[in-house]
Amino acid sequence: MRPFAYATPPDAREAVLAVAERPDATFLAGGTNLVDHLRLGVAAPGLLVDVTALTSAEIDDLSDGGLRIGAAVRNSDLAADRRVRARYPVLAEALLAGASGQLRNMATTGGNPLQRTRCVYFQDVTTPCNKRAPGSGCAALGGATRNHAVLGASEHCIATHPSDMAVALAALDARVQVLGPDGEREIPFTELHTLPGDTPERDTVLEHGELITAIDVPDLPIATRSRYRKVRDRASYAFALVSVAACLDVAGGEIRDARIALGGVAHKPWRAHRAEEALRGAPATDESYRAAAAAELADARPQEGFDGGNAFKIPLLTGTLVSTLRALAGEETRA
Amino acid sequence: METELTLRVDGATHHLRVDTRTSLLDALRQRLGATSPKKGCDHGQCGACTVLVGGRRILGCLALAVAHDGAEVTTSAGLAPGPDEAHPVHRAFVDHDAFQCGYCTPGQVCSAVGVLDELERGWPSAATADVVAGPDLGDARALDREIAERMSGNLCRCGAYKGIRAAVAEVAGVEDGARR
Ligand SMILES: Cc1cc2nc3c(=O)[nH]c(=O)nc-3n(C[C@H](O)[C@H](O)[C@H](O)COP(=O)(O)OP(=O)(O)OC[C@H]3O[C@@H](n4cnc5c(N)ncnc54)[C@H](O)[C@@H]3O)c2cc1C
Ligand code: SF4
Ligand code: FES
Ligand code: FES
Repeated sequence: MRPFAYATPPDAREAVLAVAERPDATFLAGGTNLVDHLRLGVAAPGLLVDVTALTSAEIDDLSDGGLRIGAAVRNSDLAADRRVRARYPVLAEALLAGASGQLRNMATTGGNPLQRTRCVYFQDVTTPCNKRAPGSGCAALGGATRNHAVLGASEHCIATHPSDMAVALAALDARVQVLGPDGEREIPFTELHTLPGDTPERDTVLEHGELITAIDVPDLPIATRSRYRKVRDRASYAFALVSVAACLDVAGGEIRDARIALGGVAHKPWRAHRAEEALRGAPATDESYRAAAAAELADARPQEGFDGGNAFKIPLLTGTLVSTLRALAGEETRA
Repeated sequence: METELTLRVDGATHHLRVDTRTSLLDALRQRLGATSPKKGCDHGQCGACTVLVGGRRILGCLALAVAHDGAEVTTSAGLAPGPDEAHPVHRAFVDHDAFQCGYCTPGQVCSAVGVLDELERGWPSAATADVVAGPDLGDARALDREIAERMSGNLCRCGAYKGIRAAVAEVAGVEDGARR
């Protein structure tokens, strides 16, 4: 591991300036992804700026009825919050589906969406990887692709984003509060992460030195009837093969509105606008749910791989979406 | 690069100078002789290094020591109320054969203490049928599912899971107040 300096500046503004002025500096939050990467040699910063004490660890009520979640709020505290559980059960469920109790006590609201891909080649510094070493190639192409993308991939990178929490936030129209060297800005959560294109080294639109200070979830009545469903190789403590975050508003057997995002399928949490569109005004039946899945997955392209590839994700996702929506339609609005 | 920090470990205060790259786990084991937390994977994947910091369970291997200056750390060894006494979770592990080689056990014990506290606070888990209502502890099968899910971050190569689940369930069933 490369030696690094460690700093705890007096406030968030100083932290931003400290990172912005040094290309090899980076923020440290819970450390559950970054410390692993330091040890693997995937990251080799010269300066770690610890922001856990400089960003809010509170969940505050917003005047519009939503919540502002400070960047330092731990994943476990967020999932346990009574307001989150009642108003956004999909967010609590997504958090609880991720990692382990110990990791959730460490992981933060700012760090979770910025965790990097679990692509095994990205994590193995002896293999080519355009994300870790731009221009070196992509060892995943034709390699082990079971965990890779079926939507929005490029010839340069087929990685998926591993966060569960981020899938729920994409469905909930969350907004990211950012502090940069030139001041504050707000980014819609669905625009935080990027597709790989020809810059797979980038995961998000954040510039070097930009700090997430909070994530806002808006007042969203539809979210009281919401769920997160995750499918994985074992029942717990494993990343998603596919996942679905869904909110559904049904009245008199008809779907009035829906919010859906998919995980494990793309380089970013995938907001399923086409599926939502197909569902609005449709009868609350399995046929409608299946048609919505088909609309969303029309452009899906599975990867071949020596491990059998990932074509299984398309029927798996279809089934997961159908069963999640069916369960939601049969459920009274919670809260 | 070196830095100075203070750690309270199992009730004793230590001032030490460490390289900034040192994990909390390595600081405990190699610098302070607190060897009950174990190094299994060093990547957050096994739970052998679980300790309590400020009463909450965390992984020592993914925690940087320098980021924990002033922390109050409790290891499995430090849970014992006295030199010849055992914590209720220790006793339940012995009573239920909840280990074979014992390598994962100090991490399992600290994790179990964390789980008991989280249950007492009414925190939901992925095994909770309704996250709004919280865990249903009245039903033995529901409690077993809760414990299995909540302990899933602690792997046991010897496969002592059956005994571990029974041990944690027994302590969870004890009257409030006598739990920890
Ligand atoms: C064994 C294991 C299993 C896991 N399983 C799952 C799972 O099933 N589902 C899941 O979703 N996750 C899982 N995780 C990942 C875990 O959830 C993430 O590592 C965690 O959420 C990252 O948060 P952190 O605060 O620890 O971030 P850190 O590791 O501290 O930081 C991560 C990145 O974000 C940057 N950063 C942190 N905070 C900010 C900020 N405020 N502003 C700007 N940049 C910032 C850092 O510079 C770094 O690049 C698992 C991890 C492990 C080790
Ligand atoms: S899929 Fe992306 S992260 Fe994985 S090896 Fe290819 S370029 Fe790297
Ligand atoms: S040694 Fe820390 S989780 Fe394995
Ligand atoms: S008792 Fe041997 S690893 Fe658990």
